[in-house]
Amino acid sequence: MESTSAIEVKNLSKIYRIGLKEQKQETLTGTFLDAIKKPVRNFRKIKNLKNNSNHNDEDVFWALKDISFTLQKGEILGIIGSNGAGKSTLLKLLSRITYPSAGKIECRGKVASLLEVGTGFNPDLTGRENVYLNGTILGLSKREIDERFAAIVEFSGIEKFIETPVKRYSSGMKVRLAFAVAAHLEPEVLIIDEVLAVGDADFQRKCIGKMQEISDGTGRTVLFVSHNMAAVKSLCTRGIVLKSGQKVFDGSQTDAINFYQANLDNAANLDYIDNIEDAPGNEFVRIINFRIKPLEGKILSITSGVDFEVLLYNYVEKANLDITFELRNSEEIIVFHTGTYITTNNDSRKGFYRVTGTLPPHLLNSGLYFFSIIIGQNQKIALFKGRDMVSFEVIHEAQSNHMRQLPGVVSPKLCFKTSFEER
Amino acid sequence: MNSKDTVVSIEPQSASKFIDTKELIRYKDLLYYMVLRDVTVLYKQTVLGFSWAIITPVFQIVIFSFVFGHLAGIKPDMNDMPYPIFSCLAVIPWTYFSNTVNASGQSLINTSSIFTKVYFPRIIIPLTHVFSKIVDFSISFIILIGLMIFFQYKPGMNVVFLFIPLLIIIITSAGMGFWLSSLAVQYRDFKFAMTFMIPLLMYVAPVTFPASLVLNKLGTTAYHIYALYPMVGGIEGFRSSFSAGKEMPWDLISISAVSAIAIFTSGLWYFRKMEKYFADIA
Repeated sequence: MESTSAIEVKNLSKIYRIGLKEQKQETLTGTFLDAIKKPVRNFRKIKNLKNNSNHNDEDVFWALKDISFTLQKGEILGIIGSNGAGKSTLLKLLSRITYPSAGKIECRGKVASLLEVGTGFNPDLTGRENVYLNGTILGLSKREIDERFAAIVEFSGIEKFIETPVKRYSSGMKVRLAFAVAAHLEPEVLIIDEVLAVGDADFQRKCIGKMQEISDGTGRTVLFVSHNMAAVKSLCTRGIVLKSGQKVFDGSQTDAINFYQANLDNAANLDYIDNIEDAPGNEFVRIINFRIKPLEGKILSITSGVDFEVLLYNYVEKANLDITFELRNSEEIIVFHTGTYITTNNDSRKGFYRVTGTLPPHLLNSGLYFFSIIIGQNQKIALFKGRDMVSFEVIHEAQSNHMRQLPGVVSPKLCFKTSFEER
Repeated sequence: MNSKDTVVSIEPQSASKFIDTKELIRYKDLLYYMVLRDVTVLYKQTVLGFSWAIITPVFQIVIFSFVFGHLAGIKPDMNDMPYPIFSCLAVIPWTYFSNTVNASGQSLINTSSIFTKVYFPRIIIPLTHVFSKIVDFSISFIILIGLMIFFQYKPGMNVVFLFIPLLIIIITSAGMGFWLSSLAVQYRDFKFAMTFMIPLLMYVAPVTFPASLVLNKLGTTAYHIYALYPMVGGIEGFRSSFSAGKEMPWDLISISAVSAIAIFTSGLWYFRKMEKYFADIA
């Protein structure tokens, strides 16, 4: 009995060489000599790009460091992490586009990778010709495309334009056609990078449907990189969180999202309980702890609500302390700016104060949010302003096949009444 | 097809097979569509279309016939072969060679957006042009036929050997393509060097003059060393195949064939060795 693993990754590492700043010559002769020596240096630099042996050089950047995991057949793995965490590098290694510096990958079965839709599309060729070109680039044979051609065209919904050069297509049509080819690859292992972020809402629904079809029951193994937590949550069966090239979490997809949210790079949950003196703040007040968690359930989503808690250490005595929370979204729009008194009778004491608050469900829309706080005295003097103390992400909970994030800063649950009037 | 058994292992030092026939067969349709794309896209949105495959060499033949045939008075060494035919028999294969080497030399630079996004045997990229330029090559035979009718020149029996010099030219073009594409994607200097080196290489090849000129002026040893440049055997062999009554220059052809195979295999070896870095440095 052969093993049922589809992908085995062992101690995988990838290093890149990043350019170091060159010395600048101050004198004319220096500049001149430098210009003569430059070709030699350039040659060495380019040659060194391929030299992966000296891992300790200072211009070495570890895009991935010592990643290991085994993926069983039929598993659907979501890979999450912030920008630069190494997700794309991992996919590129798995798709054999680039080679590891150390470690090993073993893939069983036919692998298809979609790091982009429409790779190799040529504007001068017709839709039909591009289907064949793109299909063969992705590893299909002409016969396989012949068999699937009708289905591909039907899925794309552009039957009328299939003999038209692609340069006359709208960008949406191009993407539809490209995704249609990709959706009919039928590999045993599928590697996908964010391709869901294309097309209009209607087409996206179609894509998600196709993805679900691929993942449901067909025993296909899928690796999926996305920032769309809702898609990861509903499609994947397992999640891996990458951070700075290292695997920091491996478990169920829900736990992975939870872990990712709790460990966003912006120090999601601020905690200086063990070393108060290092906590952000000044001689008046220090923010010891700032914690965000869902009001209900494990994941911060539109329906979960948000529970937040600030623990501060106050040095100012006999004053009226107040605290203001300002929440901004990733577009720098201030969602609210509101606060409360901590002490009211000019009786503040040196010591810890804890402030908790909640944001009800169906208030924040999905997206990334940043909390800033201002600690004030008598609502006049700002003792401490902490901008973007913590950040958190609210995810869009997938409801049926409606997975697209909705626009808007808030996502309220409104009371609607409809009636029919005859006049 | 039972692909369940295929285990792909990706390791830093995984020694790639010199030629992975199984994989190339699996991707043969890709090569076909890449060639098709190259051919159909080349003359898109031109008025004259495939006529360009004739116009370019015709102008060269006219100029060479005037400058070298008429003014310089270079005499073809083949019995009664008019200079325009003599020149045409070199310009046509040379045009194929220079078009192929130029296009495949730049091919990796131009397709980086594809091969950094998906895996397929990289060797297909330079190979595409080796095949696609054959279309232009075949079309330009019209010039040769036209000239032969005009000068009422009848080729001899040597035509049966035509495939040998053709193979030398194609193998050399492919080998040069492997070398230059993998070098140019790393060191862009080659992109600039190619644009002036390839025309220069033409004047070294027996395009405007017969190779026997080298034999007469510099002796047998120099003549044989000269044949290490595979286009010497390629062009001379190509010409002789169409000449009436002249022996095939088997000495040149065999030396050039060996050197063509050397360029091809070394080019393939270098390409295969470097291909795992292409995506990182392109």
